[in-house]
Amino acid sequence: MMEWDVNIDGWIIAAGICSAMACALPGTFLVLRKMSLMGDAISHAVLPGLAIAFLITNSRGVLPMFIGAVIVGILTAVGTQVITRHGKVESGAAMGVVFSILFALGLVLIRQAADHVDLDPQCVLYGNLSQIPLDALDGGVPPAVVNVALALLLNIIFVCALYKELKICAFDPQLATTLGINANVMHYLLMVVVAVTTVASFEAVGSILVIAMLIVPAATARLLSDRMGTTLVLAVIVAGVSAVLGHLLAFRGPGWLGLDPSVAIETAAMIAVVTGVLFLITLVFAPRYGLVGKWYHRARLTLQIVREDMLGILYRWGEHRPGEDIFKEDLLSAVGRGTLARIALGSLQRRKAVESIGSDRVRLSATGRDAATKLVRDHRLWEGYMATHFDIPLDHLHEPAERIEHYLGDDLSEQLQKEMGDLGEDPHGRKIPE
Amino acid sequence: MSPSRSPDHRRFEHDQVHHDDDSPLSIHDMTVAYHRKPVLWDIDYAAPQGKLVGIVGPNGAGKSTLIKACLDLVPRASGSVRIYGKSYKEQRRVVGYVPQRESVDWDFPASALDVVTMGRYGRIPWCIPPRKNDKEAALHALNQVGMGDYAFRQISKLSGGQQQRVFLARALVQDARVYFMDEPFAGVDAATEAAIVTLLRELRERGRTVLVVHHDLQTVPEYFDEVLLLNMRIVAAGPTSSVYTEENLQKTYGGRLTLLTEAAEAIARSG
Repeated sequence: MMEWDVNIDGWIIAAGICSAMACALPGTFLVLRKMSLMGDAISHAVLPGLAIAFLITNSRGVLPMFIGAVIVGILTAVGTQVITRHGKVESGAAMGVVFSILFALGLVLIRQAADHVDLDPQCVLYGNLSQIPLDALDGGVPPAVVNVALALLLNIIFVCALYKELKICAFDPQLATTLGINANVMHYLLMVVVAVTTVASFEAVGSILVIAMLIVPAATARLLSDRMGTTLVLAVIVAGVSAVLGHLLAFRGPGWLGLDPSVAIETAAMIAVVTGVLFLITLVFAPRYGLVGKWYHRARLTLQIVREDMLGILYRWGEHRPGEDIFKEDLLSAVGRGTLARIALGSLQRRKAVESIGSDRVRLSATGRDAATKLVRDHRLWEGYMATHFDIPLDHLHEPAERIEHYLGDDLSEQLQKEMGDLGEDPHGRKIPE
Repeated sequence: MSPSRSPDHRRFEHDQVHHDDDSPLSIHDMTVAYHRKPVLWDIDYAAPQGKLVGIVGPNGAGKSTLIKACLDLVPRASGSVRIYGKSYKEQRRVVGYVPQRESVDWDFPASALDVVTMGRYGRIPWCIPPRKNDKEAALHALNQVGMGDYAFRQISKLSGGQQQRVFLARALVQDARVYFMDEPFAGVDAATEAAIVTLLRELRERGRTVLVVHHDLQTVPEYFDEVLLLNMRIVAAGPTSSVYTEENLQKTYGGRLTLLTEAAEAIARSG
């Protein structure tokens, strides 16, 4: 097993955290503006910018790379807009055209550049996290870590300073423009920031992780929050957690999985996998927007509907045969039997809305009668409302009322009462209870 | 050929830029085109001060485009627009805009208060966050449209009518002199419609001018003092009582102006 070395693993994790967080900040705005693919596009499109910068300056200096990134970021954004406007295609297709061609051009150029400078096309895609600590001279801070830390700092300043402008341009670019906050300028600025972040990160973590970190943490945060500030903070946290967990798993994972521990898993890839898993977990378990939450909510609603149907049946039974109690089995089969019916009846009994009479009959309690009266009143008032205002045959009135009675809250119920209260009888001639 | 319009309305001499400096909105000889296809032709109009103006016309008549061209949101092929005698750029602060409700993503993570506060962003310098008094102004505006209780609710949880009221509150905090509203009555409930009408009248009482794109022909005479009938050109414009006639409506909506549409198509094809 490999030894944990603070000097090595510390730098790898630092680089991972910084680049992941740096990407998550502008990435959140891409996701909120529904232009996630733009991150994909720009992170590919920066390649020719870098290659040209290498070819011209013959160096891998920070400034030429920065300038190359800025130019290509703007070029991609402008190219996409021009093609969308004049090319009769939607923006997704336009981005596809721009970035695939630029990326291919980059690959062609980088082969040329590779002869002059030490640059590996593979490293552009997958990054080179494990090599980072080796680049540190005399135990200093590795240059790749400096780059991503600077990018993170830049992005924090960018988002904090222009928070209000970014927010309004993401929500309502037209209003922003009329207020003098030019949404187009902000768009290009965001693209430049994405491009610069990509360039700063790609050497360390590669463009695949950049794309993942631009989009996935923001998408995860979106499932957890209803405010933009929290969304941003959560996205950054998810990105940071992914980076740490990703490296730990890459380091320890092979041993745990019973694989050959001497063959390390690529940390960058593992980080991307971890954010993906975090996203899936959130998708399933998020309190409000998660699948389990939604499923639970729906199950509760279904149960409530069955309970209310039972109350309605008990009320109507009482109308037809006053004094006579219904057989429990008849009540259950009236709502379709099954487990759900039994659970619903049990729940009504626990709420003391329904009481058992002897071993096999049930009837409404006083509280149950109140609830049932309200339901039946709403049902019959609704039938009256529909019959008064619309041309509906008598035998088609029951179904819509049956559906709506479960959803009329106190507000609507009161309104209905106000409007139709003096009706007395429903269209079928049945008494509307007070 | 000049478009026909009501005899009592201000006319402009062609070839001579004439803007009424007192008018909240004066449009001179404006033409707007998308992909060379003209959507608005030769628009000349001066809105009277302190009136509610309805902009009425069939689908594709260019109603929204008219507003957007006035606010520099779409480029003008020719012509000029003045707000109280000055260009829109110089007058941003006195103009309020209510876009169509569908133009934004209501799933955006923001509360009603957040959205209304955005109306104040124009008067806060760049890089400075909104302050407490901005939030207070926003809360006050929400109360004015009867939405005070919903200030902290996520905007996707509001009904269509409530969302429209949030948009109106946002326009209110802009505290403008001229308002442009794009279909504020579209798809709202009766209570919201009544609230909007009350609000429009309050704005008029305070001397504001409001231009409203409207699609419900029945309510035009009740809601608006002045009407602008639009079908790529101004068919007629002026006080509702004299301009809103059966004949003008026929011209605006009836089949009589198909020649105009076909001419526009022909221009687009030749491009």
